[in-house]
Amino acid sequence: MRIVVCIKQVPDTNEVRLDPKTGTLIREGVPSIINPDDKSGLEAALLLKDSHNAHVTVITMGPPQADLALREALAMGADRAILLTDRAFAGADTWATSSAIAGALRHIPFDLIIAGRQAIDGDTAQVGPQIAEHLQLPSVSYVEALTPIDGGLIVKRAFEDGYQRIKVNFPCLITALKELSHPRYMRVSGIYEAFRAREVEVWNVDQITVDPANLGLKGSPTKVKKSFTKGAKSAGKVFEGDAKEAAQVIVEKLKERFIL
Amino acid sequence: MEFGLSKEHQMLRDMLRQFASTEVKPLAKEVDELERFPEETIPKMAEIGLMGIPFPKAYGGAGGDNLGYAMAVEELSRACATTGVIVSAHTSLGACPIAEFGTEAQKLKYLVPLAKGEHLGAFGLTEPNAGTDAGAQQTTAIRDGDDYIINGSKIFITNALYADTYIVMAMTDKAAGTKGISAFIMEKGMPGFTFGPKEKKLGIRGSATCELIFDNVRVPAENLLAKEGHGFKIAMKTLDGGRIGIAAQALGIAQAALDATVSYTKERKQFNRPISYFQNTQFQIADMSMQVEAARLLVYRAAWCKDQGLPYSKEAAMAKLFASEVAMTITTKAVQLHGGYGYTREYDVERMMRDAKITEIYEGTSEVQRMVIAAAALK
Repeated sequence: MRIVVCIKQVPDTNEVRLDPKTGTLIREGVPSIINPDDKSGLEAALLLKDSHNAHVTVITMGPPQADLALREALAMGADRAILLTDRAFAGADTWATSSAIAGALRHIPFDLIIAGRQAIDGDTAQVGPQIAEHLQLPSVSYVEALTPIDGGLIVKRAFEDGYQRIKVNFPCLITALKELSHPRYMRVSGIYEAFRAREVEVWNVDQITVDPANLGLKGSPTKVKKSFTKGAKSAGKVFEGDAKEAAQVIVEKLKERFIL
Repeated sequence: MEFGLSKEHQMLRDMLRQFASTEVKPLAKEVDELERFPEETIPKMAEIGLMGIPFPKAYGGAGGDNLGYAMAVEELSRACATTGVIVSAHTSLGACPIAEFGTEAQKLKYLVPLAKGEHLGAFGLTEPNAGTDAGAQQTTAIRDGDDYIINGSKIFITNALYADTYIVMAMTDKAAGTKGISAFIMEKGMPGFTFGPKEKKLGIRGSATCELIFDNVRVPAENLLAKEGHGFKIAMKTLDGGRIGIAAQALGIAQAALDATVSYTKERKQFNRPISYFQNTQFQIADMSMQVEAARLLVYRAAWCKDQGLPYSKEAAMAKLFASEVAMTITTKAVQLHGGYGYTREYDVERMMRDAKITEIYEGTSEVQRMVIAAAALK
């Protein structure tokens, strides 16, 4: 079984700072992590490596420093790591990102592609399913459990109020929920090897198959009109009491503020 | 000159910190309170390769270095000093002598399971009458055919009872003084090898500390480490390395006490202000921060010297002396800055203060470290 896991390096903070001019994230000075849903997907792939001898490739598109996210994946046990980096990719929205990654995947053999459901810095949940569309693959989103079967998977697709159990044949793409797995720690030996003995392949725009018109800022249909940081709110107050008392307090407070 | 950590060491530190805060720290209070050896943590540490960081992969290790090992003991001790010393004694005292002085066969038989964390290691040098005067060994090893017969006892042995493999010093030639001491690899379960009761200690209370008792224990001659008479040299060299581990343990305790004090003084209000507002608190925190940084530089330098193949005996002694005294000073200040709360077991700093004291005593007291440093300075 050949698995490709698409990961994204994201800032590890709730205080996301935006560049007011471009509306894009300022990444400098913020510690970076592998996006949690992606890491869950990576762990699911590594479990298939442990149980079914799967070969696991990780791929990310990002600036050169995204190399660290790939080395972390190698230290966890991934077999191959590919960094898609090129000025031509800069400023990409989900469409341009999925176009580039799909362009790379046309050069990587796979049975299964796993992407995280969504990234904590963008929350779109679009890139995974878009990759599947570009490659004309069946895709299942919101996967919280999977069982390998001959030639495919049985997956549990979670919704807020229920779930679907779906059989999907290879080749296919799934998007992983955080609940899909509990990521392992990097091995100490894996960390040393990731820097001393392993290679992160660096691919540029010339090494992928994609229409250049679909890349980067120019290839991004999403235009950011305005971005702003939400104003700070004062700390809330907690009133304790039964439902009746609580209702009274709420009504009084709303009256105080002339909302009622 | 480079003071920054490499990317691999940064990644290692981040992983260690996450592991320690998730898997180790939640047990620290209970392990201390109940004097419970945190047995369940060993397989978790083994799984990620923490039990054999500096040893080659060919012998079951992680293929890492002593800097990474020191960082591991630091981060573990920051969460729980008991867990830190388990790894330190196992790695530096139990496994290192075999890695450095063992034959190929000894390495395959004993180092591999130790480095993989399947076995736990310990080291027996100290005796009731041979503490700082380590040469005054009374345990004897008498050659008998293909075996040695070992008689005597060792006290204050870290990891005892739980360890599978023990490096034990014994006199093979009493007349030769320190040159009559030899080192043996012993296994738990060898007939005649038993344990005394567990010591009740001030700190690192989860760590198992027992007496080893040898009553006509038959040890195969193939378990002799290096040659007859090399034991004292092996012990001294082993302790040089062990001091890096204990220095790292002290550093971790000091850092933890500083962290706890910073967060407490920002929250605790007196006279309508957080006590961090007062200059006395600020000056104390300034001194504590500086001391922790200075200790870290000495500890990492000692580990780095060992990694570079440079002499590190004096450097390890300096690191251990400085870091342990810093740990004692900082944890005492931390309790003071926590006031009455700091004296209660509700807060972690009283445990840290109790844990810190041992770092000034074991693997060479502060006085021994001063002897080592002075000997190098006055050479």
